[in-house]
Amino acid sequence: MILPYGFTGRILNINLSTGDINILELPEGVYRKWLGGRGLGTYILWKELGDRWESIDPLGIDNILLVLTGPLTGYYPGIKLCITGKSPESNGVVGSTISSEVAIELKAAGYDGIIIRGKAETPKFLLIIDDHVEIKDAQKYWGKDPHEFLPELICETHKEAIELAGVGGIPKEPAAIYIGRGGEKGVRFASVMAKWVHAAGYGGYGAVMGSKNLKAIVVKGNGPLPPIADRGKYEEYLRELYRQLFELTTFRAWGTGAGGYEVGYRLSSEPVKNWQEEWHNREEISVINFELNYWVKKYWGDYGCPITCMKISYIPSGKYKGARSDAPDYELMAYLGTNLGIFESEKIVYLSYLADELGLDAINAGNVLGFAAELYQRGILTKEDIGFELKWGDADAFAKLLKLIANKEGIGKILAEGTYRAAMAISKMKNVDVTKYAVQVKGIAVGAHGIRSGEDYPSPIGYAVSVQGGDHTSPAFHEPRTPSGEVRATFVDSAVICSFTSWIGFDKLIEFLNVVTGWNLTVEEWVNETALRIIHLQRILLLLGGPDIYWDPRIHDDNPQRFYEPLPSGPYKGKKADKNEVEKLKKKYYKDIGYDEYGIPRLDVLKKLGIDDAISAIKRIRRRLGI
Amino acid sequence: MVVSLQNQRIWILVDASRCSGCKLCEVVCSLKHEGKIWPEASRIRIFEEIPGATVPHLCVQCPDYPCVKSCPVNALSVYEKTGAVVVDEKKCIGCGRCVDACPGKVPRIPGNRKIVVICDLCYGDPECVKICNEAGYGALRLYKGGSRPTFKTFARNPIDKSLILARKMFGE
Repeated sequence: MILPYGFTGRILNINLSTGDINILELPEGVYRKWLGGRGLGTYILWKELGDRWESIDPLGIDNILLVLTGPLTGYYPGIKLCITGKSPESNGVVGSTISSEVAIELKAAGYDGIIIRGKAETPKFLLIIDDHVEIKDAQKYWGKDPHEFLPELICETHKEAIELAGVGGIPKEPAAIYIGRGGEKGVRFASVMAKWVHAAGYGGYGAVMGSKNLKAIVVKGNGPLPPIADRGKYEEYLRELYRQLFELTTFRAWGTGAGGYEVGYRLSSEPVKNWQEEWHNREEISVINFELNYWVKKYWGDYGCPITCMKISYIPSGKYKGARSDAPDYELMAYLGTNLGIFESEKIVYLSYLADELGLDAINAGNVLGFAAELYQRGILTKEDIGFELKWGDADAFAKLLKLIANKEGIGKILAEGTYRAAMAISKMKNVDVTKYAVQVKGIAVGAHGIRSGEDYPSPIGYAVSVQGGDHTSPAFHEPRTPSGEVRATFVDSAVICSFTSWIGFDKLIEFLNVVTGWNLTVEEWVNETALRIIHLQRILLLLGGPDIYWDPRIHDDNPQRFYEPLPSGPYKGKKADKNEVEKLKKKYYKDIGYDEYGIPRLDVLKKLGIDDAISAIKRIRRRLGI
Repeated sequence: MVVSLQNQRIWILVDASRCSGCKLCEVVCSLKHEGKIWPEASRIRIFEEIPGATVPHLCVQCPDYPCVKSCPVNALSVYEKTGAVVVDEKKCIGCGRCVDACPGKVPRIPGNRKIVVICDLCYGDPECVKICNEAGYGALRLYKGGSRPTFKTFARNPIDKSLILARKMFGE
């Protein structure tokens, strides 16, 4: 079945164990209810794995990896691709998005996405050129870092695409997503990468890809995108959006880079030394230092982006010669900079490069590095445990540790499990509770936006009740029946567009969707039905959890302990998260979104949302929690 | 003597170092010519063999028009006002001779289209140039003047161009 507008209606269904490749067609009603990306992914995961979710090892053969576009992918300015599956970080579902032209190539090849099952016997990569789909040998790429294999992979597959084009001339190069060493070795916070610096970070899907022996997915589509329902209106909306987005001057000039200085200095919300502080006045981290010294490309974007917030840094000489990263963006400036007590631009570019090369999510990586360094500062982890000194500001020591993590060697083997699991293991090993130094929520590092000063955007319960834990791109808002916080993020991640190009009125986003698909979705319907459906099902899968860890909302719907400690410095000195306020907001949030007093989705709400079949899962959650 | 450029043919001057790779040019080109978003049918395409090394790739209007000469069915002609190559879609048989004849391998027969696409300079007011400048990059600019022999040397394999540019950026 071919859907009329916006979708191809076809999903590639690939089993790496058997080599089977076929096409899955879903009825339009499914797309209408779940859109694509995060929403559709959650639905597919529930249908396929829901009845045995707790027993599915995210890094085992039974997990499935989903690579999905959405109805607005390629139509709305700024392209994204959604990677999902059962997350090895949270044991729930994270809709992890990445800037990658694989998204538009997939649609141009005639697919809305890919389902990948099983495990290949030897390292493989997927090559998709229109109808030509092949599981190919990747042994020569396995164990190699992107700077060693990516150009070769692109050139090799480009040659095949050119051959297939016959007399039709030279198609553009295929697009690729891939994993690094971290993904190959099963580091729980390994990312799926694209174009050197782009990452689907949160979720740990690089490790899932690695567990399937899948090094890369390379896609070339030569056809058009599916037609647009109302082309005239579409072009009018598109032009208006371009005009608005061209006006985002500072964002276009610096990307998120201005945050490196400002989120700390002005907002007191930037992690410094594993969040022991959130304020600094270190001008040397200001974006100008990156621009002057290292930017070799000031404006860089993917298909259809009017902002081009990416900038390429390159270190041409000296100790870190050859390091290549993006600006880096704010999150990396913070997590591989200030959070480690590092403020020098050169060292931050280098560590960002290293994280990208190793295929590690730099947010979770910087979080666990900071965690280890605080334990070293407190004498809990020693030089003997680590193998070397781990002092704040010592970029070379952190680089060494990052490599140990990617290779799962020495102390790196414990830290490769991510901050939450590492904290449990080290607490046991040292017979002292170190979980209070773990700044994470439900296995996912908290993004570099604190809540203590009250000046940054996340709500006091933003991370505590989010279905994606510490993910700063999807924090809950304490008024869940409004198009903000997670309700907005589910749209962005399910329509699969960029959150930076979608800073327009929410009603405009819905209109855009209708113009492309020909639907008549309303803001009201999104807020009170579609978003809730996705969030409730994600919540259910998160609470099902397992097999290695499970969440109890009475304990884990909370901020990291650190956020209840007063800020020690800066203009907001003394401020902290207020436990009573958090409890009060949580109670109200549960009620408004349709959870019971324990934070479990209510049966009547599930019925209303049309996901009655999840009621059996609720019983399993209650039985485990004894409530 | 003042030379009037008024009646000179236009040319799209490409500055790859200013190209962001955003491909808004591809979006507006394929919408205008195909009524669809169709990256491979855009008359201008951005190659990026090495990520970061972005290369706009489009017809340069060689003064000797080897593509036009190569066409066995006379489907290609030169539009006098702009100098652009125009495809007669009724005549084109999609044989690909023009692709072979082109020093830059620019013409393209994408997917199931079966008929070649070549930049028609939008009959004098190219969409790609407008959007690139509206966006502030200026990687594409309209140029009038008589350096036709030099223009032809710009027609090169886009993969090679991207590899060369990458070496300049990253020293590899």
